[in-house]
Amino acid sequence: MSEIADKVKKIVVEHLGVDESKVTPDASFIDDLGADSLDTVELVMAFEEAFSVEIPEDAAEKITTVKDAIDYIEKQKAA
Amino acid sequence: MFRLDGKVALVTGASGGIGREIARALHAQGAVVVLSGTRQAVLEDVAAAIGAEGGAERLHVCPADLSDAAAADALVASAEDKAGAPLAILVNNAGLTRDTLAIRMKDDDWNRVLDVDLAAPFRLCRAALKGMLRRRAGRIVNIASVVGVTGNAGQANYAAAKAGMIGMGKSLAQEAGARGVTVNTVAPGFVQTAMTDVLPDAQKEKLVGSIPLGRMGQPDDIAPAVVYLASDEAGWITGATIHVNGGMAMV
Repeated sequence: MSEIADKVKKIVVEHLGVDESKVTPDASFIDDLGADSLDTVELVMAFEEAFSVEIPEDAAEKITTVKDAIDYIEKQKAA
Repeated sequence: MFRLDGKVALVTGASGGIGREIARALHAQGAVVVLSGTRQAVLEDVAAAIGAEGGAERLHVCPADLSDAAAADALVASAEDKAGAPLAILVNNAGLTRDTLAIRMKDDDWNRVLDVDLAAPFRLCRAALKGMLRRRAGRIVNIASVVGVTGNAGQANYAAAKAGMIGMGKSLAQEAGARGVTVNTVAPGFVQTAMTDVLPDAQKEKLVGSIPLGRMGQPDDIAPAVVYLASDEAGWITGATIHVNGGMAMV
């Protein structure tokens, strides 16, 4: 697992207070990890801070799973 | 009841009549109070006056010009810096008026009032909420005005800003409720301050005549409502507007 993926996972575990084993790539923040809409906004803000990237509103809306977040940040970091 | 020991509170417009009384009341309940306003020297005088009765170490001064968007954005962080702890209570009290009949109202009269009285409180709420939501605790109290509900000739700008503040507060209350953060509004009526001193005597008399409790309000009529809404005891009240107006408008 990449460094980014590791860090994303850690942030999700921390913010949502879920067990690490549940944070699989396909896990949906809302459906599988019990997040509400405010949690998802807070997660995106945490990602922005941790990775020093800006995630605009329309991109943030599409980040619904752990993998979505990892892919988006990896793409931003590669660019 | 209503103790606020050790809680950090930021009060904007703390050099004004109502603002300084709010700061005094929060401080008297044990809060660590950060006073903001545009004039540093006046804020320091206010802090000295409040601190003279004890607890001077729980008072901080943090000047900011809220007509400057960047200054408004930065104020919560600098207040927390001064106080050395995260913000528990935000009181958006700062406001100004540019009264004139609408047909004479310049764009600048409109924009300035909307900027300072509505946009700046939003900026402060936004900055404060980020931390409060994360900490699952916080109290926001916005100081609106009775004219935000009743309207007032000559105050289209001010009434619009204050009505906007009430709507904003209700929206934020819905967003933040799940995190235990409350957002409420206090709507003062006709209170004796520098803002109302400029009104002609005839108008003041007429206004007092429309107040069932028969007198103008004083700043210390308003501050206790803020203390209540800032307290732990007010944990099940949010999105509310408390009207403190001597009965002038019973809404």
